Amino acid sequence: MTETPDLEQDPAVAKIRAWRPDAVAGLIEFRGELTVLVPREHLRPLAEFLCGDKELAFTYLSDVTGVDRFPIEPRFELNYHLLSISRRNSLRLRVSLPGDDPRIETVVPVWPTANWHEREIFDLFGVRFDGHPNLRRMLLPEDWEGYPLRKDYPTEGPR
Amino acid sequence: MTTVQTATGPEKTMVLNMGPQHPSTHGVLRVLLELDGENVVKADVDIGYLHTGIEKTAEALTYSQAITITDRMDYLAPLSNNLAYCLAVEKLLGLEIPKRAQYIRVLLTELTRIGSHLVWLGTHAIDLGAMSVFLYCFREREELLKIFEMVSGQRMMTSYFRIGGLALEPPAGWTERVENVVRTFPSRFDEYEDLLTKNRIWLARTQGVGMLSAQDAIAFGVSGPSLRGSGVDYDVRKYFPYSSYDEFDFQVPVRSEGDCYARYMCRVAEMRESIKIVKQALEKIPTEGPIKADAPGIVAPQREKMKTEMEALIYHFKIYTEGFAPPAGEVYQRVESPRGELGCFVASDGSPKPYRMRMRTPSFVNLQALQKMVEGHLIADVIASIGTLDIVLGEIDR
Repeated sequence: MTETPDLEQDPAVAKIRAWRPDAVAGLIEFRGELTVLVPREHLRPLAEFLCGDKELAFTYLSDVTGVDRFPIEPRFELNYHLLSISRRNSLRLRVSLPGDDPRIETVVPVWPTANWHEREIFDLFGVRFDGHPNLRRMLLPEDWEGYPLRKDYPTEGPR
Repeated sequence: MTTVQTATGPEKTMVLNMGPQHPSTHGVLRVLLELDGENVVKADVDIGYLHTGIEKTAEALTYSQAITITDRMDYLAPLSNNLAYCLAVEKLLGLEIPKRAQYIRVLLTELTRIGSHLVWLGTHAIDLGAMSVFLYCFREREELLKIFEMVSGQRMMTSYFRIGGLALEPPAGWTERVENVVRTFPSRFDEYEDLLTKNRIWLARTQGVGMLSAQDAIAFGVSGPSLRGSGVDYDVRKYFPYSSYDEFDFQVPVRSEGDCYARYMCRVAEMRESIKIVKQALEKIPTEGPIKADAPGIVAPQREKMKTEMEALIYHFKIYTEGFAPPAGEVYQRVESPRGELGCFVASDGSPKPYRMRMRTPSFVNLQALQKMVEGHLIADVIASIGTLDIVLGEIDR
């Protein structure tokens, strides 16, 4: 997991750098998969840029998923797996969110498929998505307490 | 209880609760339909009745143990789930799998695809009133389940793919069974097509029903035959080849109409392509050779070696007590399951248990498009639309 100069040569990274240099907080390459670390205030504009750009054409959002790094801060990681069908290329965006304020702007207007992914992350991790059209529990009952995929959620005994 | 905001006022519309116990929802799907006469004004999908916390459970299991719970997501295609998970962990480890194991994996997942499509075809047809196709499809699927049972010992919860290769050497005589399938199935597919493809009732129930444009399909993240029925040729096997799929010669059926009939045609054509792949795999699979990677400490040693080699015994003990620890990092592995892009995201923190295991299940994502497909159409088309998406609630709720 090191930052090497040739990652900068990736067309997507070069374009993002040219568009807004501070939208890239770091780059990770692991097993041939490129991850762009994005500060949370830049995610929504970056999503619009990547989806709307004619050349990159990341029009397909495969998946959004969370990881809880408790007790490390920033605690939550969101991974957005993008796919460009025309270029046959994929990219991962990663945003870190602090444990005391896990909220981020929604990407539903950019990729409608994010609707259920974000609802699921809200349901299981308790991350809030500002501007989400229908942010409520999805897999768990509506009166459920707690967020099961958090690492500090008890897995046995009384909750 | 989910409440519905009525768009046109309570006196004009009626809310109908479809499911969760309803044979046409293919499991425990609940759809709240707001109806104006027979027209659907609004469809609100409610899921979660089958949520078992598979992703959370995986965090408490070792990497090898977690294979068994992947079977239980998409119970119509357990081997595709096994494959997605095993490939993800193998990517994390940087393992190279012997060619023989790769080809056997391809062969078995293609048989899984046929089996899954057969269940889809049978249930979709019975939903729309064609009883006999259902019986034929289940008769043929039985042949495939017998092969899985022969190879892995289980009809459905196979757990046959393991990290580093396969669980066991396939038994003698299994290829004859597969050859029999390759020989007999194409004519069976012709029989189904005789019953349905030009059937006027079938055409009336599927053509122009459940329309989904290519643009909407991409926006909603739809994948698999449901996406290819809308004219987008995205198939993970071609776009991001895994397990030596790039060595096989096959077509990806695409139709541009975007209705239930197009998706039906895509799936039937896909079954024929799968037979082609199985045929090629049969020729490619070497009769001899390893089925597990040579990776001591990760892949369990052979039984014979344990009796003569100290090292093998130690590794065996360590693998089954504490497991193995891949390097820290995250990977996302896509495979083309019968329903579409099945993605497995595994985050490792360097311990013998997955820190986070996430399954991007195609049914979950595809189901989002249902609302778009049924709103403004007749209630009878809701059944056709649910059927054509080919959902499995086990993998939606996980």
